[in-house]
Amino acid sequence: MTGTQSITLHVNGEAVHAHVEPRLPLVDFLREHLGLTGTHVGCAHGVCGACSLRVDGRVVRGCLMLAVQADGATVETLEGLSERVALADLQDAFHRHNALQCGFCTAGMLLTAAELLEARDSVPARAEIRAHISGNYCRCTGYQAIVDAVAEVAANRIGGQA
Amino acid sequence: MKTNAFAYRRADTVEDAVRIAREEGDEARFLAGGQSLLAAMNFRLDEPTALIDISRIEDLRGVSRGDGEIVIGALTRHADVEASPVIAEHLPLVAAAIREVAHPAIRNRGTFGGSLALADPAAELPACAVALDARIHIAGPGGARAVAADDFFRGLYETALEPGELVTHVTVPLPAPEARHGFAELARRHGDYAMTGLAMMRAPERTRVVYFALSERPVRARAAEAAIERGASPADCAAVADEGLDVLGDNSASEATKRHYARVLLRRALEAIASPETTS
Ligand SMILES: Cc1cc2nc3c(=O)[nH]c(=O)nc-3n(C[C@H](O)[C@H](O)[C@H](O)COP(=O)(O)OP(=O)(O)OC[C@H]3O[C@@H](n4cnc5c(N)ncnc54)[C@H](O)[C@@H]3O)c2cc1C
Ligand code: FES
Ligand code: FES
Repeated sequence: MTGTQSITLHVNGEAVHAHVEPRLPLVDFLREHLGLTGTHVGCAHGVCGACSLRVDGRVVRGCLMLAVQADGATVETLEGLSERVALADLQDAFHRHNALQCGFCTAGMLLTAAELLEARDSVPARAEIRAHISGNYCRCTGYQAIVDAVAEVAANRIGGQA
Repeated sequence: MKTNAFAYRRADTVEDAVRIAREEGDEARFLAGGQSLLAAMNFRLDEPTALIDISRIEDLRGVSRGDGEIVIGALTRHADVEASPVIAEHLPLVAAAIREVAHPAIRNRGTFGGSLALADPAAELPACAVALDARIHIAGPGGARAVAADDFFRGLYETALEPGELVTHVTVPLPAPEARHGFAELARRHGDYAMTGLAMMRAPERTRVVYFALSERPVRARAAEAAIERGASPADCAAVADEGLDVLGDNSASEATKRHYARVLLRRALEAIASPETTS
């Protein structure tokens, strides 16, 4: 069966049915078939993190997963997460700290940072923030401002509750 | 499209996977986490005719404690190994190593069995498997069998797996309560493959010093193991760290540099084990 296969998945809260070729990467399905271009494609081999998505709650590489593998899965992209205001404080902090310039890496950075903050019940050290975003390349900012922004949100979200 | 066209078939059980592999022939590949396979296919470094998706075989997922051993399903994701209380309590070497395997998003999909089956010479988990005397359990057309980790890794990306065989799980004997472990690697950036790495265990009845990213496969440094068992000082053990080993320079470091790294890593690991604050 090299023909198309039928898949059903949830994307940003909506059920999607489609027929796809097995070789179609999930990120290309989202961008080209569903028009969700907030997720980017840089290297296509897992190195840069521009294609970060959430699948069944976990951040993964959209270039290293096939659309057929997402059959039955729940997928969230930057668009969906922005709409349900899950990233608003991070987006605001990135903006204020100049943590983006061209913006190519930003969707991936936001999703990856959000995953770290959601998993933690104590404020992560800067070194932990750096380790967590180590798989996301930014060719513009030099990372410092990104770590500043994430650290600020971590202190507000997690530190603020204590 | 980045990859060649291929058939995609999903296996729900181990028997299914073995049967489909037989039907699809030698140019089919098992798809586990896809974190190495799909990357290679995107560059057409690998052009399989079919992918057999084994990632939904539930029986092959998870970490549990068996009788005198820990059982790790081949499809257990790196992130789940990292979060496993059983691993944290019983296999501190794996707990230390898993945090150095790639980046969080890749650990969210990459699998334990995939890492062993791939046998990248710079990978952490194959070296841990050898250091812990793990056994690799395999299913295939000829039935089920198990291979000692040290015999499983044959060479550069080469294992004891025969065509159509898959790794089902790994068993690791529970280390003795007095066992001490050492794990260290040198990499350019966090999450990168290592330039040279070390996984070691010192237990009353056995010492294992295993290097990765040094040779074509994870290798035991037997001269160093003997020196440690003789009670030699960390410096003296480190001096023989690379003795008798074939070291392969690559674009991360030359052969001479890797030999130097091997000695440095062993001295550091032995000093850490000797210092009383260290618990693992
Ligand atoms: C940017 C990047 C950085 C990385 N850094 C590291 C690192 O520092 N250290 C490290 O160890 N790894 C690293 N990896 C690789 C990662 O750990 C992979 O997940 C792992 O090596 C392969 O596991 P997988 O489940 O993704 O296997 P897949 O990619 O699905 O498969 C790899 C190969 O193994 C075969 N295979 C998979 N599972 C089985 C099985 N159960 N039985 C038989 N054959 C099987 C497949 O057919 C294929 O040939 C990195 C990957 C990327 C993209
Ligand atoms: S495009 Fe997926 S990691 Fe670079
Ligand atoms: S803002 Fe340009 S790559 Fe990060």
